[in-house]
Amino acid sequence: MTLDLTTSAQDMTVSQSRFRNALLDPETPAPDGLVTPEGTHAEKRFGVYRNNVSHSLASALVDGFPVLTKLLGEAFFRQMALVYLRIHPPASQLIMHYGAAMPTFLVGFPGTVHLKYLPDVARLELALRRAYHAGDAEAIAPADLTQLDQATLMDTRLVLAPAVETLTSEFPALSIWEFNMQDGPTPTMQAETILISRRGYDPVAQRLPLGGAVFVNALKKGHAFGTALGLATSQVADFDLTATLSALIAGHGIIKIEKG
Amino acid sequence: MLDISPKDTLPKAGGVGYKPQHFNELMNAPGSVTWLEIHAENYMGAGGRPLAQLRHLAEKFPISVHGVGLSIGGETRLDPEHLSRLKTLIDWLNPAMFSEHLAWSTHDAQFLNDLLPLPYTNDTLTRVTAHINEVQDHLGRKMLLENPSSYLAFAQSTWSEPDFLRELARRTGCGLLLDVNNVFVSATNLHFDPRAYINAYPLDLVEEFHLAGHDEDTDELGRKLLIDSHGKPVDEPVWALFDHVIANGGARPALVEWDNDVPDFNVLEAETARAARHMQGVVA
Repeated sequence: MTLDLTTSAQDMTVSQSRFRNALLDPETPAPDGLVTPEGTHAEKRFGVYRNNVSHSLASALVDGFPVLTKLLGEAFFRQMALVYLRIHPPASQLIMHYGAAMPTFLVGFPGTVHLKYLPDVARLELALRRAYHAGDAEAIAPADLTQLDQATLMDTRLVLAPAVETLTSEFPALSIWEFNMQDGPTPTMQAETILISRRGYDPVAQRLPLGGAVFVNALKKGHAFGTALGLATSQVADFDLTATLSALIAGHGIIKIEKG
Repeated sequence: MLDISPKDTLPKAGGVGYKPQHFNELMNAPGSVTWLEIHAENYMGAGGRPLAQLRHLAEKFPISVHGVGLSIGGETRLDPEHLSRLKTLIDWLNPAMFSEHLAWSTHDAQFLNDLLPLPYTNDTLTRVTAHINEVQDHLGRKMLLENPSSYLAFAQSTWSEPDFLRELARRTGCGLLLDVNNVFVSATNLHFDPRAYINAYPLDLVEEFHLAGHDEDTDELGRKLLIDSHGKPVDEPVWALFDHVIANGGARPALVEWDNDVPDFNVLEAETARAARHMQGVVA
Protein backbone atom coordinates (compact mmCIF):
# COMPACT_ATOMS: atom_id res chain seq x y z
CA MET A 1 0.00 0.00 0.00
CA THR A 2 1.31 3.45 -0.90
CA LEU A 3 0.25 6.64 0.72
CA ASP A 4 0.21 9.88 -1.20
CA LEU A 5 1.53 12.33 1.33
CA THR A 6 1.55 15.30 -1.01
CA THR A 7 -1.31 17.70 -0.69
CA SER A 8 -1.84 19.69 -3.85
CA ALA A 9 -3.73 22.97 -3.84
CA GLN A 10 -6.38 21.24 -5.93
CA ASP A 11 -7.24 18.90 -3.05
CA MET A 12 -8.17 21.86 -0.89
CA THR A 13 -10.55 23.35 -3.43
CA VAL A 14 -14.12 23.10 -2.19
CA SER A 15 -16.58 23.21 -5.07
CA GLN A 16 -20.10 24.43 -4.38
CA SER A 17 -21.58 21.14 -5.60
CA ARG A 18 -19.54 19.21 -3.01
CA PHE A 19 -20.55 21.74 -0.36
CA ARG A 20 -24.21 21.45 -1.38
CA ASN A 21 -24.17 17.64 -1.49
CA ALA A 22 -22.79 17.43 2.03
CA LEU A 23 -25.24 20.08 3.26
CA LEU A 24 -28.26 18.11 2.18
CA ASP A 25 -26.97 14.62 3.04
CA PRO A 26 -25.99 14.10 6.69
CA GLU A 27 -24.20 10.85 5.69
CA THR A 28 -21.76 12.76 3.45
CA PRO A 29 -18.85 14.23 5.46
CA ALA A 30 -17.97 17.91 5.17
CA PRO A 31 -15.66 18.48 2.17
CA ASP A 32 -11.89 18.51 2.79
CA GLY A 33 -10.53 22.02 2.70
CA LEU A 34 -13.06 23.39 5.21
CA VAL A 35 -11.00 24.03 8.29
CA THR A 36 -10.95 25.20 11.90
CA PRO A 37 -8.66 28.09 12.94
CA GLU A 38 -5.92 25.47 13.50
CA GLY A 39 -6.33 24.06 10.00
CA THR A 40 -7.98 20.80 11.08
CA HIS A 41 -11.12 19.42 9.43
CA ALA A 42 -14.21 21.49 10.37
CA GLU A 43 -16.85 18.76 10.51
CA LYS A 44 -18.79 20.11 13.47
CA ARG A 45 -18.57 23.68 12.24
CA PHE A 46 -19.94 22.57 8.88
CA GLY A 47 -22.90 21.28 10.88
CA VAL A 48 -23.89 24.89 11.61
CA TYR A 49 -24.62 25.39 7.89
CA ARG A 50 -26.40 22.00 7.73
CA ASN A 51 -28.54 23.00 10.66
CA ASN A 52 -29.25 26.52 9.30
CA VAL A 53 -30.43 25.11 5.98
CA SER A 54 -32.60 22.33 7.39
CA HIS A 55 -34.01 24.44 10.22
CA SER A 56 -34.91 27.39 7.99
CA LEU A 57 -36.52 25.22 5.32
CA ALA A 58 -38.38 23.04 7.83
CA SER A 59 -39.63 26.22 9.53
CA ALA A 60 -40.81 27.57 6.17
CA LEU A 61 -42.82 24.38 5.71
CA VAL A 62 -44.27 24.60 9.25
CA ASP A 63 -45.33 28.20 8.52
CA GLY A 64 -46.68 27.27 5.10
CA PHE A 65 -48.66 24.20 6.18
CA PRO A 66 -50.20 25.06 9.57
CA VAL A 67 -52.99 22.47 9.28
CA LEU A 68 -50.68 19.63 8.17
CA THR A 69 -48.42 20.57 11.10
CA LYS A 70 -51.35 20.42 13.50
CA LEU A 71 -52.67 17.14 12.09
CA LEU A 72 -49.30 15.39 12.22
CA GLY A 73 -47.88 17.16 15.28
CA GLU A 74 -44.98 19.60 14.88
CA ALA A 75 -42.28 17.12 15.97
CA PHE A 76 -43.36 14.52 13.38
CA PHE A 77 -43.91 17.20 10.72
CA ARG A 78 -40.38 18.59 11.22
CA GLN A 79 -38.87 15.08 10.93
CA MET A 80 -40.86 14.57 7.72
CA ALA A 81 -39.79 18.02 6.49
CA LEU A 82 -36.12 16.95 6.75
CA VAL A 83 -36.85 14.09 4.36
CA TYR A 84 -38.89 16.36 2.09
CA LEU A 85 -36.27 19.10 1.81
CA ARG A 86 -33.56 16.63 0.81
CA ILE A 87 -35.73 15.29 -2.02
CA HIS A 88 -37.29 18.64 -2.91
CA PRO A 89 -34.96 21.52 -2.03
CA PRO A 90 -36.47 24.86 -3.11
CA ALA A 91 -36.35 25.47 -6.85
CA SER A 92 -36.93 29.20 -6.31
CA GLN A 93 -35.80 32.00 -4.01
CA LEU A 94 -39.48 32.68 -3.27
CA ILE A 95 -39.77 30.64 -0.08
CA MET A 96 -43.37 31.92 0.26
CA HIS A 97 -44.33 29.23 -2.28
CA TYR A 98 -42.01 26.46 -1.01
CA GLY A 99 -43.64 23.05 -0.68
CA ALA A 100 -45.45 22.69 -4.01
CA ALA A 101 -44.47 19.00 -4.21
CA MET A 102 -45.89 18.25 -0.75
CA PRO A 103 -49.19 16.67 -1.97
CA THR A 104 -47.39 14.03 -4.05
CA PHE A 105 -44.68 13.56 -1.41
CA LEU A 106 -47.32 12.72 1.23
CA VAL A 107 -48.70 9.94 -0.99
CA GLY A 108 -45.33 8.19 -1.02
CA PHE A 109 -44.09 8.94 2.51
CA PRO A 110 -44.38 5.80 4.69
CA GLY A 111 -45.58 7.78 7.73
CA THR A 112 -48.46 9.46 5.90
CA VAL A 113 -49.37 7.06 3.08
CA HIS A 114 -52.41 5.77 5.02
CA LEU A 115 -53.78 9.30 5.61
CA LYS A 116 -55.45 9.60 2.21
CA TYR A 117 -56.98 13.03 2.89
CA LEU A 118 -53.65 14.74 3.66
CA PRO A 119 -52.62 15.55 0.05
CA ASP A 120 -55.84 17.52 -0.51
CA VAL A 121 -55.37 19.41 2.75
CA ALA A 122 -51.86 20.27 1.49
CA ARG A 123 -53.31 21.38 -1.87
CA LEU A 124 -55.77 23.64 -0.05
CA GLU A 125 -53.00 25.20 2.06
CA LEU A 126 -50.89 25.79 -1.07
CA ALA A 127 -53.84 27.40 -2.87
CA LEU A 128 -54.53 29.70 0.10
CA ARG A 129 -50.87 30.78 0.08
CA ARG A 130 -51.01 31.47 -3.67
CA ALA A 131 -54.16 33.51 -3.09
CA TYR A 132 -52.44 35.54 -0.35
CA HIS A 133 -49.71 36.61 -2.79
CA ALA A 134 -51.87 36.81 -5.94
CA GLY A 135 -52.23 40.02 -7.92
CA ASP A 136 -54.58 42.71 -6.62
CA ALA A 137 -57.95 43.20 -8.28
CA GLU A 138 -61.16 44.96 -7.34
CA ALA A 139 -64.38 42.93 -7.27
CA ILE A 140 -67.50 44.04 -9.18
CA ALA A 141 -70.56 45.19 -7.25
CA PRO A 142 -73.07 42.29 -7.07
CA ALA A 143 -75.72 44.53 -8.71
CA ASP A 144 -73.57 44.78 -11.85
CA LEU A 145 -74.28 41.10 -12.38
CA THR A 146 -77.84 40.77 -11.11
CA GLN A 147 -79.12 43.61 -13.30
CA LEU A 148 -78.21 41.78 -16.53
CA ASP A 149 -81.10 40.09 -18.37
CA GLN A 150 -80.70 36.41 -19.06
CA ALA A 151 -79.90 36.65 -22.78
CA THR A 152 -77.17 39.22 -22.18
CA LEU A 153 -75.83 37.21 -19.27
CA MET A 154 -75.38 34.07 -21.39
CA ASP A 155 -73.13 35.93 -23.86
CA THR A 156 -71.17 37.69 -21.13
CA ARG A 157 -67.64 36.80 -20.04
CA LEU A 158 -66.97 37.03 -16.32
CA VAL A 159 -63.33 37.82 -15.62
CA LEU A 160 -62.16 36.19 -12.38
CA ALA A 161 -59.65 37.54 -9.85
CA PRO A 162 -56.07 36.19 -10.11
CA ALA A 163 -56.53 34.53 -6.71
CA VAL A 164 -59.45 32.33 -7.83
CA GLU A 165 -58.82 28.58 -7.89
CA THR A 166 -60.90 25.47 -7.32
CA LEU A 167 -60.05 22.21 -5.59
CA THR A 168 -62.09 19.04 -6.02
CA SER A 169 -61.48 16.62 -3.17
CA GLU A 170 -62.83 13.12 -2.49
CA PHE A 171 -62.40 14.10 1.16
CA PRO A 172 -63.79 16.88 3.36
CA ALA A 173 -60.56 18.86 2.88
CA LEU A 174 -62.16 22.22 3.72
CA SER A 175 -64.04 20.84 6.74
CA ILE A 176 -60.74 19.44 8.04
CA TRP A 177 -59.12 22.84 7.47
CA GLU A 178 -61.97 24.68 9.24
CA PHE A 179 -61.97 22.20 12.16
CA ASN A 180 -58.28 22.89 12.75
CA MET A 181 -58.04 26.59 11.96
CA GLN A 182 -61.43 28.02 12.93
CA ASP A 183 -62.93 25.61 15.49
CA GLY A 184 -65.30 24.33 12.78
CA PRO A 185 -67.57 21.30 13.39
CA THR A 186 -66.13 17.78 13.37
CA PRO A 187 -65.69 16.80 9.69
CA THR A 188 -67.84 14.01 8.30
CA MET A 189 -66.69 11.84 5.40
CA GLN A 190 -67.85 13.48 2.18
CA ALA A 191 -66.38 14.81 -1.05
CA GLU A 192 -65.93 18.59 -1.21
CA THR A 193 -65.58 21.03 -4.07
CA ILE A 194 -63.78 24.16 -2.88
CA LEU A 195 -63.48 27.71 -4.20
CA ILE A 196 -60.35 29.59 -3.12
CA SER A 197 -60.28 33.39 -3.55
CA ARG A 198 -59.28 36.53 -1.69
CA ARG A 199 -61.46 39.10 0.04
CA GLY A 200 -59.40 42.24 0.41
CA TYR A 201 -56.08 40.85 1.55
CA ASP A 202 -57.48 37.73 3.24
CA PRO A 203 -57.65 34.39 1.41
CA VAL A 204 -61.00 32.62 1.76
CA ALA A 205 -62.12 29.07 0.99
CA GLN A 206 -65.79 28.22 0.43
CA ARG A 207 -67.73 25.11 -0.55
CA LEU A 208 -69.09 24.91 -4.09
CA PRO A 209 -71.99 22.71 -5.19
CA LEU A 210 -71.31 19.73 -7.45
CA GLY A 211 -70.27 21.01 -10.89
CA GLY A 212 -69.17 24.33 -9.41
CA ALA A 213 -65.50 23.70 -10.24
CA VAL A 214 -66.39 22.93 -13.88
CA PHE A 215 -68.28 26.22 -14.12
CA VAL A 216 -65.58 28.32 -12.43
CA ASN A 217 -62.74 26.73 -14.40
CA ALA A 218 -64.62 27.32 -17.68
CA LEU A 219 -64.95 31.02 -16.74
CA LYS A 220 -61.26 31.08 -15.85
CA LYS A 221 -60.43 29.78 -19.31
CA GLY A 222 -62.36 32.68 -20.79
CA HIS A 223 -65.54 30.87 -21.87
CA ALA A 224 -68.77 32.83 -22.02
CA PHE A 225 -71.23 32.47 -19.14
CA GLY A 226 -73.61 30.33 -21.25
CA THR A 227 -70.83 27.98 -22.35
CA ALA A 228 -69.63 27.54 -18.77
CA LEU A 229 -73.17 26.86 -17.62
CA GLY A 230 -73.65 24.32 -20.42
CA LEU A 231 -70.45 22.49 -19.42
CA ALA A 232 -71.50 22.35 -15.76
CA THR A 233 -75.07 21.13 -16.44
CA SER A 234 -73.84 18.52 -18.92
CA GLN A 235 -71.94 16.96 -16.00
CA VAL A 236 -74.37 17.71 -13.19
CA ALA A 237 -77.99 17.89 -14.38
CA ASP A 238 -79.23 19.79 -11.32
CA PHE A 239 -76.16 22.10 -11.14
CA ASP A 240 -76.82 24.84 -8.57
CA LEU A 241 -75.85 28.02 -10.44
CA THR A 242 -77.18 30.37 -7.75
CA ALA A 243 -75.02 28.86 -5.00
CA THR A 244 -71.96 28.93 -7.26
CA LEU A 245 -72.45 32.58 -8.21
CA SER A 246 -73.13 33.50 -4.56
CA ALA A 247 -69.80 31.96 -3.55
CA LEU A 248 -67.97 33.75 -6.37
CA ILE A 249 -69.51 37.08 -5.38
CA ALA A 250 -69.01 36.55 -1.65
CA GLY A 251 -65.38 35.62 -2.32
CA HIS A 252 -64.79 38.79 -4.39
CA GLY A 253 -63.95 36.44 -7.24
CA ILE A 254 -65.46 38.37 -10.18
CA ILE A 255 -63.56 41.46 -11.23
CA LYS A 256 -64.99 42.38 -14.61
CA ILE A 257 -68.04 41.79 -16.80
CA GLU A 258 -67.30 41.73 -20.51
CA LYS A 259 -70.42 41.82 -22.62
CA GLY A 260 -70.36 39.51 -25.62
CA MET B 1 -42.69 54.30 -9.37
CA LEU B 2 -43.68 55.51 -5.91
CA ASP B 3 -42.97 59.07 -4.97
CA ILE B 4 -40.36 58.88 -2.24
CA SER B 5 -38.38 61.91 -3.35
CA PRO B 6 -38.20 63.56 0.10
CA LYS B 7 -36.79 60.39 1.63
CA ASP B 8 -34.27 59.23 -0.92
CA THR B 9 -31.41 58.67 1.52
CA LEU B 10 -31.17 56.71 4.76
CA PRO B 11 -30.59 58.93 7.81
CA LYS B 12 -27.49 58.31 9.92
CA ALA B 13 -29.73 57.05 12.68
CA GLY B 14 -31.50 53.88 13.82
CA GLY B 15 -33.54 51.60 11.54
CA VAL B 16 -35.14 48.17 11.94
CA GLY B 17 -35.61 45.10 9.81
CA TYR B 18 -39.35 45.25 9.06
CA LYS B 19 -41.60 42.58 10.57
CA PRO B 20 -45.30 42.61 9.58
CA GLN B 21 -46.38 42.24 13.24
CA HIS B 22 -44.93 45.72 13.89
CA PHE B 23 -46.86 47.45 11.09
CA ASN B 24 -49.28 49.39 13.31
CA GLU B 25 -46.63 50.62 15.75
CA LEU B 26 -44.38 51.73 12.89
CA MET B 27 -47.20 53.64 11.24
CA ASN B 28 -48.42 55.26 14.47
CA ALA B 29 -45.59 55.48 17.02
CA PRO B 30 -42.22 54.55 15.52
CA GLY B 31 -40.18 56.23 18.29
CA SER B 32 -36.48 56.16 17.42
CA VAL B 33 -37.02 54.12 14.24
CA THR B 34 -36.20 56.41 11.32
CA TRP B 35 -35.87 53.94 8.43
CA LEU B 36 -36.69 50.34 7.51
CA GLU B 37 -35.03 47.45 5.78
CA ILE B 38 -37.03 44.76 3.99
CA HIS B 39 -35.93 41.40 2.63
CA ALA B 40 -36.43 41.70 -1.12
CA GLU B 41 -37.66 38.11 -1.57
CA ASN B 42 -40.66 38.62 0.74
CA TYR B 43 -42.02 41.28 -1.62
CA MET B 44 -41.74 39.44 -4.90
CA GLY B 45 -45.30 38.16 -4.95
CA ALA B 46 -47.75 39.58 -7.49
CA GLY B 47 -49.77 41.50 -4.91
CA GLY B 48 -51.59 41.12 -1.61
CA ARG B 49 -50.98 42.42 1.91
CA PRO B 50 -47.13 42.42 1.88
CA LEU B 51 -46.95 44.86 -1.04
CA ALA B 52 -49.87 46.91 0.27
CA GLN B 53 -48.13 47.34 3.64
CA LEU B 54 -44.88 48.21 1.91
CA ARG B 55 -46.65 50.91 -0.12
CA HIS B 56 -47.84 52.54 3.13
CA LEU B 57 -44.47 52.18 4.86
CA ALA B 58 -42.60 53.68 1.89
CA GLU B 59 -44.71 56.83 2.15
CA LYS B 60 -43.51 57.26 5.73
CA PHE B 61 -39.97 55.82 5.90
CA PRO B 62 -36.88 55.63 3.72
CA ILE B 63 -36.53 51.96 2.77
CA SER B 64 -33.46 49.83 2.26
CA VAL B 65 -33.97 46.69 0.18
CA HIS B 66 -31.81 43.81 1.40
CA GLY B 67 -31.56 40.79 -0.88
CA VAL B 68 -30.92 37.30 0.47
CA GLY B 69 -31.37 35.28 -2.72
CA LEU B 70 -29.10 36.59 -5.47
CA SER B 71 -26.24 34.16 -4.70
CA ILE B 72 -23.64 36.72 -5.75
CA GLY B 73 -20.86 34.30 -4.79
CA GLY B 74 -22.39 31.43 -6.76
CA GLU B 75 -20.23 29.43 -9.18
CA THR B 76 -23.01 29.43 -11.73
CA ARG B 77 -24.47 32.47 -13.47
CA LEU B 78 -26.88 34.76 -11.66
CA ASP B 79 -30.49 33.62 -12.04
CA PRO B 80 -31.88 35.99 -14.72
CA GLU B 81 -35.44 35.42 -13.52
CA HIS B 82 -34.53 36.45 -9.99
CA LEU B 83 -32.57 39.45 -11.20
CA SER B 84 -35.57 40.53 -13.20
CA ARG B 85 -37.92 40.12 -10.19
CA LEU B 86 -35.49 42.24 -8.18
CA LYS B 87 -35.48 44.93 -10.83
CA THR B 88 -39.29 44.98 -10.88
CA LEU B 89 -39.38 45.52 -7.11
CA ILE B 90 -36.64 48.17 -7.13
CA ASP B 91 -38.09 50.07 -10.09
CA TRP B 92 -41.46 50.17 -8.33
CA LEU B 93 -40.23 51.02 -4.85
CA ASN B 94 -37.25 53.24 -5.75
CA PRO B 95 -35.65 52.45 -2.36
CA ALA B 96 -32.97 54.56 -0.69
CA MET B 97 -30.55 51.62 -0.77
CA PHE B 98 -30.02 48.10 -2.09
CA SER B 99 -27.67 45.58 -0.49
CA GLU B 100 -26.75 41.91 -0.81
CA HIS B 101 -24.28 39.46 0.72
CA LEU B 102 -20.79 38.17 0.03
CA ALA B 103 -22.15 34.60 -0.02
CA TRP B 104 -23.80 32.00 -2.20
CA SER B 105 -27.19 30.33 -1.77
CA THR B 106 -28.14 28.77 -5.11
CA HIS B 107 -26.55 25.84 -6.94
CA ASP B 108 -27.91 23.77 -9.86
CA ALA B 109 -31.17 25.73 -9.64
CA GLN B 110 -31.56 24.69 -5.99
CA PHE B 111 -32.02 27.52 -3.53
CA LEU B 112 -30.64 26.56 -0.10
CA ASN B 113 -32.10 29.49 1.89
CA ASP B 114 -28.85 30.22 3.73
CA LEU B 115 -25.86 32.50 3.21
CA LEU B 116 -23.06 30.05 2.46
CA PRO B 117 -19.35 30.86 2.72
CA LEU B 118 -16.77 31.56 0.01
CA PRO B 119 -13.03 30.94 -0.22
CA TYR B 120 -11.20 34.26 -0.66
CA THR B 121 -9.18 33.50 -3.78
CA ASN B 122 -8.41 35.29 -7.03
CA ASP B 123 -10.96 33.05 -8.80
CA THR B 124 -13.68 34.05 -6.35
CA LEU B 125 -12.69 37.68 -6.73
CA THR B 126 -13.05 37.53 -10.51
CA ARG B 127 -16.40 35.78 -10.31
CA VAL B 128 -17.94 38.02 -7.64
CA THR B 129 -16.67 41.13 -9.45
CA ALA B 130 -18.49 40.01 -12.61
CA HIS B 131 -21.68 39.28 -10.65
CA ILE B 132 -21.69 42.62 -8.83
CA ASN B 133 -21.10 44.43 -12.13
CA GLU B 134 -24.00 42.50 -13.66
CA VAL B 135 -26.32 43.38 -10.76
CA GLN B 136 -25.38 47.08 -10.77
CA ASP B 137 -25.75 47.28 -14.56
CA HIS B 138 -29.09 45.50 -14.48
CA LEU B 139 -30.54 47.56 -11.65
CA GLY B 140 -28.97 50.80 -12.83
CA ARG B 141 -27.78 51.62 -9.33
CA LYS B 142 -24.95 51.10 -6.89
CA MET B 143 -25.28 48.24 -4.41
CA LEU B 144 -23.76 47.56 -1.01
CA LEU B 145 -22.07 44.26 -0.18
CA GLU B 146 -22.30 42.80 3.34
CA ASN B 147 -19.54 40.90 5.15
CA PRO B 148 -20.65 37.38 6.20
CA SER B 149 -20.59 35.63 9.56
CA SER B 150 -18.23 32.65 9.35
CA TYR B 151 -18.16 29.34 11.20
CA LEU B 152 -15.19 27.84 9.38
CA ALA B 153 -12.36 28.83 7.05
CA PHE B 154 -11.21 27.61 3.64
CA ALA B 155 -7.70 26.19 3.45
CA GLN B 156 -7.51 27.56 -0.10
CA SER B 157 -8.11 31.24 0.88
CA THR B 158 -5.32 33.63 -0.02
CA TRP B 159 -6.97 36.96 0.85
CA SER B 160 -8.08 38.42 4.18
CA GLU B 161 -11.75 39.35 4.29
CA PRO B 162 -11.22 43.14 4.68
CA ASP B 163 -8.74 43.18 1.76
CA PHE B 164 -11.08 41.03 -0.33
CA LEU B 165 -14.02 43.40 0.28
CA ARG B 166 -11.88 46.47 -0.38
CA GLU B 167 -10.69 44.99 -3.70
CA LEU B 168 -14.26 44.07 -4.73
CA ALA B 169 -15.40 47.61 -4.00
CA ARG B 170 -12.44 49.03 -5.94
CA ARG B 171 -13.16 46.86 -8.98
CA THR B 172 -16.95 47.35 -9.05
CA GLY B 173 -17.60 50.70 -7.39
CA CYS B 174 -20.00 49.02 -4.98
CA GLY B 175 -20.31 50.26 -1.41
CA LEU B 176 -20.06 48.16 1.74
CA LEU B 177 -22.52 47.21 4.44
CA LEU B 178 -20.63 46.53 7.66
CA ASP B 179 -22.39 43.99 9.85
CA VAL B 180 -20.72 44.56 13.21
CA ASN B 181 -22.23 41.44 14.76
CA ASN B 182 -20.92 39.35 11.85
CA VAL B 183 -17.41 40.66 12.46
CA PHE B 184 -17.67 39.73 16.14
CA VAL B 185 -19.13 36.29 15.38
CA SER B 186 -16.45 35.52 12.76
CA ALA B 187 -13.66 36.85 15.00
CA THR B 188 -14.76 34.63 17.88
CA ASN B 189 -15.20 31.59 15.64
CA LEU B 190 -12.00 32.01 13.60
CA HIS B 191 -9.89 33.37 16.49
CA PHE B 192 -8.92 36.78 15.16
CA ASP B 193 -9.06 40.20 16.80
CA PRO B 194 -12.27 42.00 15.75
CA ARG B 195 -10.69 45.42 16.33
CA ALA B 196 -7.78 44.55 14.06
CA TYR B 197 -10.35 43.51 11.43
CA ILE B 198 -12.08 46.91 11.77
CA ASN B 199 -8.71 48.69 11.60
CA ALA B 200 -7.96 46.90 8.32
CA TYR B 201 -11.48 47.41 6.95
CA PRO B 202 -12.20 50.28 4.49
CA LEU B 203 -14.64 52.18 6.72
CA ASP B 204 -14.77 55.05 4.22
CA LEU B 205 -16.66 52.73 1.82
CA VAL B 206 -19.32 51.80 4.40
CA GLU B 207 -22.80 53.21 3.81
CA GLU B 208 -24.78 51.14 6.30
CA PHE B 209 -24.27 49.24 9.57
CA HIS B 210 -26.04 46.10 10.77
CA LEU B 211 -26.36 45.09 14.40
CA ALA B 212 -27.95 41.87 15.66
CA GLY B 213 -27.93 39.26 18.40
CA HIS B 214 -26.19 35.88 18.27
CA ASP B 215 -26.42 32.49 19.99
CA GLU B 216 -23.64 30.50 21.59
CA ASP B 217 -22.58 26.92 20.78
CA THR B 218 -19.31 24.99 20.94
CA ASP B 219 -16.90 23.75 18.28
CA GLU B 220 -15.04 20.42 17.79
CA LEU B 221 -12.85 21.13 20.82
CA GLY B 222 -15.54 22.50 23.11
CA ARG B 223 -14.58 26.12 22.46
CA LYS B 224 -17.08 28.92 22.02
CA LEU B 225 -18.76 28.99 18.59
CA LEU B 226 -21.17 31.88 17.97
CA ILE B 227 -24.19 31.50 15.71
CA ASP B 228 -25.56 34.52 13.85
CA SER B 229 -29.16 33.82 14.87
CA HIS B 230 -30.80 37.29 14.89
CA GLY B 231 -32.96 36.13 17.79
CA LYS B 232 -31.65 38.12 20.77
CA PRO B 233 -30.62 41.62 21.85
CA VAL B 234 -27.28 42.88 20.54
CA ASP B 235 -24.55 41.48 22.80
CA GLU B 236 -22.48 43.89 24.96
CA PRO B 237 -19.12 43.15 23.25
CA VAL B 238 -20.80 43.91 19.91
CA TRP B 239 -21.88 47.33 21.22
CA ALA B 240 -18.27 47.90 22.31
CA LEU B 241 -17.03 46.92 18.84
CA PHE B 242 -19.69 49.24 17.37
CA ASP B 243 -18.18 52.08 19.45
CA HIS B 244 -14.76 51.25 18.01
CA VAL B 245 -16.23 51.37 14.49
CA ILE B 246 -17.89 54.75 15.11
CA ALA B 247 -14.76 56.17 16.74
CA ASN B 248 -12.77 55.25 13.63
CA GLY B 249 -15.24 55.84 10.84
CA GLY B 250 -18.14 57.94 12.14
CA ALA B 251 -21.90 57.42 12.08
CA ARG B 252 -23.91 55.69 9.34
CA PRO B 253 -27.50 54.48 9.00
CA ALA B 254 -27.54 51.69 11.62
CA LEU B 255 -29.98 48.78 11.43
CA VAL B 256 -31.05 46.42 14.19
CA GLU B 257 -31.98 43.00 12.77
CA TRP B 258 -34.20 40.63 14.75
CA ASP B 259 -35.59 37.81 12.61
CA ASN B 260 -36.26 34.93 15.02
CA ASP B 261 -38.28 35.00 18.26
CA VAL B 262 -39.26 38.52 17.17
CA PRO B 263 -40.01 40.61 20.29
CA ASP B 264 -42.65 43.26 20.89
CA PHE B 265 -41.98 46.49 19.05
CA ASN B 266 -40.88 48.40 22.16
CA VAL B 267 -37.99 45.95 22.73
CA LEU B 268 -36.77 46.41 19.17
CA GLU B 269 -37.29 50.17 19.36
CA ALA B 270 -35.13 50.32 22.51
CA GLU B 271 -32.29 48.62 20.60
CA THR B 272 -32.64 51.18 17.80
CA ALA B 273 -32.60 54.04 20.31
CA ARG B 274 -29.43 52.60 21.81
CA ALA B 275 -27.77 52.37 18.38
CA ALA B 276 -28.61 56.05 17.79
CA ARG B 277 -27.28 57.00 21.26
CA HIS B 278 -23.99 55.24 20.61
CA MET B 279 -23.64 57.19 17.40
CA GLN B 280 -24.20 60.45 19.30
CA GLY B 281 -21.29 59.44 21.48
CA VAL B 282 -23.51 58.97 24.52
CA VAL B 283 -23.05 55.41 25.76
CA ALA B 284 -25.94 54.08 27.81
